[in-house]
Amino acid sequence: MNFAKLQRSALLAIRSLWLHKLRAFLSVLGIIIGTGAVIALMAFGEGNMKEALDDIKRQGATNVVVRSIKPSDDSSTGSRSFVASYGLTFEDLSRLQNLDGILSIVPMRIFPQEIRRFERLVSAGRLVATVPEYAIVNKLELSTGRFITEKDNREMNNVCVIATNLANRLFPLDNPMGQTVVIKNNHYKIIGVMKDRMATSASGGSQAEEVFDNDVYIPLDTYRELYGATIFLRQSGSRSGERMQLSQITLTIDSEVDTRAGREKVKAMGDLIRSIIQQRHYKTDWAMTIPLDRLEELERSQDRYTVLLAMVASISLLVGGIGIMNIMLATVTERTREIGIRRALGAKRRDIITQFLVEAVVQTTVGGMIGVFCGLSIVLIAPIAMQKFFNQHLPTLINSFWIIVSLSVSILVGVIFGLYPAIKAAKLDPIEALRHE
Amino acid sequence: MSYIVRIVDLHKYYYLGGEALHVLKGLNLEIFEGDFVALMGPSGSGKSTLLNILGCLDRLSDGKYELSEVDVSHMADDELSEVRSRYLGFIFQSYNLLPQYTVVENIEVPLLYQNIKLNEITKQRCLALADMVGLGSRLDHRPFQLSGGQQQRVAIARALVNDPHVILADEPTGNLDTKTSVEIMTMLRKLNQAGKTIIMVTHENDIAEWARRVIRLRDGVIESDIRND
Repeated sequence: MNFAKLQRSALLAIRSLWLHKLRAFLSVLGIIIGTGAVIALMAFGEGNMKEALDDIKRQGATNVVVRSIKPSDDSSTGSRSFVASYGLTFEDLSRLQNLDGILSIVPMRIFPQEIRRFERLVSAGRLVATVPEYAIVNKLELSTGRFITEKDNREMNNVCVIATNLANRLFPLDNPMGQTVVIKNNHYKIIGVMKDRMATSASGGSQAEEVFDNDVYIPLDTYRELYGATIFLRQSGSRSGERMQLSQITLTIDSEVDTRAGREKVKAMGDLIRSIIQQRHYKTDWAMTIPLDRLEELERSQDRYTVLLAMVASISLLVGGIGIMNIMLATVTERTREIGIRRALGAKRRDIITQFLVEAVVQTTVGGMIGVFCGLSIVLIAPIAMQKFFNQHLPTLINSFWIIVSLSVSILVGVIFGLYPAIKAAKLDPIEALRHE
Repeated sequence: MSYIVRIVDLHKYYYLGGEALHVLKGLNLEIFEGDFVALMGPSGSGKSTLLNILGCLDRLSDGKYELSEVDVSHMADDELSEVRSRYLGFIFQSYNLLPQYTVVENIEVPLLYQNIKLNEITKQRCLALADMVGLGSRLDHRPFQLSGGQQQRVAIARALVNDPHVILADEPTGNLDTKTSVEIMTMLRKLNQAGKTIIMVTHENDIAEWARRVIRLRDGVIESDIRND
């Protein structure tokens, strides 16, 4: 079987199919839907998954996050004090700072505060007391100015960096740089304005959703000097207090998230950190989140999604293949006389097999191409439509791997389901075939 | 002159429901190169079976069949296809053209199954044959656009394209009116005069008269073997 002969067979197959366009189309509809569904569903699934993974990577996949949480009402202590005292302490921080293999360690104290300008303009804000490394760990970008420095921290300077959104509300007309805001009777000079930062979604455990629109960053030591540990909050008329030294410590492990060893190291460090903190905390007033755990969970669910989709796809391709076989068997019966003529004129059995096999493969290949085209069209159009009519973001990711796989499978389906009818055609007795009406 | 067809003690049985049907009962026959033979006989006489065996479409049960001095009695299926492709040309009662192909493409079909490249030379050959049978102006017609006589002429051109040793015709005028039959038979006689060996099955005496030699079969044996010329 040389190439020219095969090419001729393919051309003849296309012509035979062209005689029955509608029939050929209907018989490959299963293949079209199958490949189209694989392309579209894979693009949506992988797009969604990539978005979630990126989100986790933004939080830092090699991070270990320890947070203070309010313990469930512990009536066991008997003394239900007005001021709840719990959470991570500066002592925990100094113990963690002694660990090896840690790239950076970022303690934070986060609490809501009113941010004022000239005692007049008031805005609700979120005060974040932290250290210079915060900017690096969170890949923070500033639109103007600088972030808190080590010097600010050491000298307990009254300086702050504010979020764009907040800056726009407090300083709608003028440049916020160098101006002063008042937080709880203390004046802070604005040294920088943050760029807009995408909110992180909740990621299980104690990691809540975070919005950074109204943030004000001040040096940690300034906070420690001015506030101490006890923060009083006003909530709809009642006053409550909480005594907490640090609300969160983010540790970045010196490791690679893309290697197995790197991941093992992050987990081992997580265990170590847990044991260190556990020694001094008798109540569960803290929790640990390792974004890597969630990353791996997502990767596993992506694998499950892929397997599930492969199953759905194989069922639809099986159905498509049966459709092809059905039509090919009908075609063989219908063209029995043609087979007899060709045999009489010198066609060998394998020529007949080739003819019908090529016809089946041409059908499924063209069907697969149409399916890929339809799938890609859906992938390109659906996000636009979702945005326009439902105002929802629909992430997609087109992976050429799935295009190649679904096309190859289409061709394979043609070979597998075309083979039996082709062999059946070739086995016909020439004389019987010639007599066939 | 050499024998182009030689059969020795040819037997053919059909097995229907475990019962053997003896169709050809020890035929002996030699056909010379360049002869024009008409096979005649009533239905059931075995003339079609004999033609199928001569055309390598069917196998003999016993005996020997030599085509161009090659024993084809026990050839494998692929080898028989090869023999049909190279040495035999077929003309059928119902023309048996491929409906999806044009005139030229139908003439070309036997070449598809030879191990040769289709090129300008083969194309010219097909065109010349179409011209020879008088269809040079209908090259792109499909069979359903042609009359019966025209279709049969395409079939004749197709039977000639591989330059066969023997042309086998199964009632070539069976579906045609008298006038067209004469045209077709004239064409076959011309081919024979040009040297082609033709073996034709017919049940019409006036058609058999066109042949040089008439062999009558009855109940699987040769009843008579008469030369016309």
